[in-house]
Amino acid sequence: MIRSEILKEIAPILRDQLVVCNIGIPSQELHAIDDQPTNFYMLGTMGLASSIGLGLALAQPKTVIVIDGDGSILTNMGTLPTIANNVADNYILMIIDNGSYGSTGDQPTYTGKKTSLAKVAEACGCENVIECKDVDTGEVLQKAIDSKKMHIIVVKCDSGNAKMPVITMDPVVIKHRFMEAVKA
Amino acid sequence: MDIDKRICDDLVANDISFVTTVPCKQLAGVIDEVEKRPEIFHIPSNKEDEGMGLCAGAWMGGKRPMIIMQNTALGVTLNTLATLTQFYRMPLPMLISYRGELREPVACQVEMAVHTKALLAQMHIPTYHFHWQKDVEEFDNILKYTFMCNKPVAILTDANFWGGYGDQ
Repeated sequence: MIRSEILKEIAPILRDQLVVCNIGIPSQELHAIDDQPTNFYMLGTMGLASSIGLGLALAQPKTVIVIDGDGSILTNMGTLPTIANNVADNYILMIIDNGSYGSTGDQPTYTGKKTSLAKVAEACGCENVIECKDVDTGEVLQKAIDSKKMHIIVVKCDSGNAKMPVITMDPVVIKHRFMEAVKA
Repeated sequence: MDIDKRICDDLVANDISFVTTVPCKQLAGVIDEVEKRPEIFHIPSNKEDEGMGLCAGAWMGGKRPMIIMQNTALGVTLNTLATLTQFYRMPLPMLISYRGELREPVACQVEMAVHTKALLAQMHIPTYHFHWQKDVEEFDNILKYTFMCNKPVAILTDANFWGGYGDQ
């Protein structure tokens, strides 16, 4: 499965949760598949989805799901020790690991080679680290939500992108409706 | 005047309850004081742009955030300041140690100091420079200004403000 197929499958699970979605095509795909005020789309700033999500989870009690990518985690590898050492049990980091920089033309990342993000996360001290196959994403994600424990899920999947329109919504509108949804 | 306590009193009075830090020798005292305050959640970052991401999330979760960092890291935060903090219009007070200014003993620090104000000006970030201890009296106003205008705002604090740099 490619990322957009996974997002289509888990959209009903994501719909009721606060979601912070990674820059570029992941946000475009989620926006096109199931736009919700509970989705925070990153329009720039590669690498910081996991950090924004952690800040959000630590600041309020609702469950926060971060949809991140292998390339973005590699860009901001320092995020994993921070996550491990500041446990928020309402925080789920889901890394869609397709071994490539999808938004820039599917250039390979090191996670498609020797580097295991699940092992890196464990070495950083993260608990409840699960590496799963693309077809099992929905089941693993739902269990993580139900457990009310911080989870790091690394979803191994195929490289590729769906053709979706660029998000033209103003960033202040994205932020405003998201903050209203957080408070609701 | 205990400058570290004074700064943290102003943070608490302005309901700033989420503070991320990347250390600097000049900032050691204020970081210790942040850690001591029960009203403030202190989360150390590994890099300053990561810290700004944490602050953006905390803001959207209903907390008032702040970052404490060194000016030498300004370069790695420019994209984050432009495409996250400014693009989404989020407030962020940045308490920055201004290394490489008067009473600085390490020559290399001057190399970023000479670019610091120019970069902040280019980014259209309101910037204040604390050189004398009494300058801290503006801190409360600067915090209020930051959350009024929803912008990142820089407070540069040099070695003279912190009472010198070790034995130098």
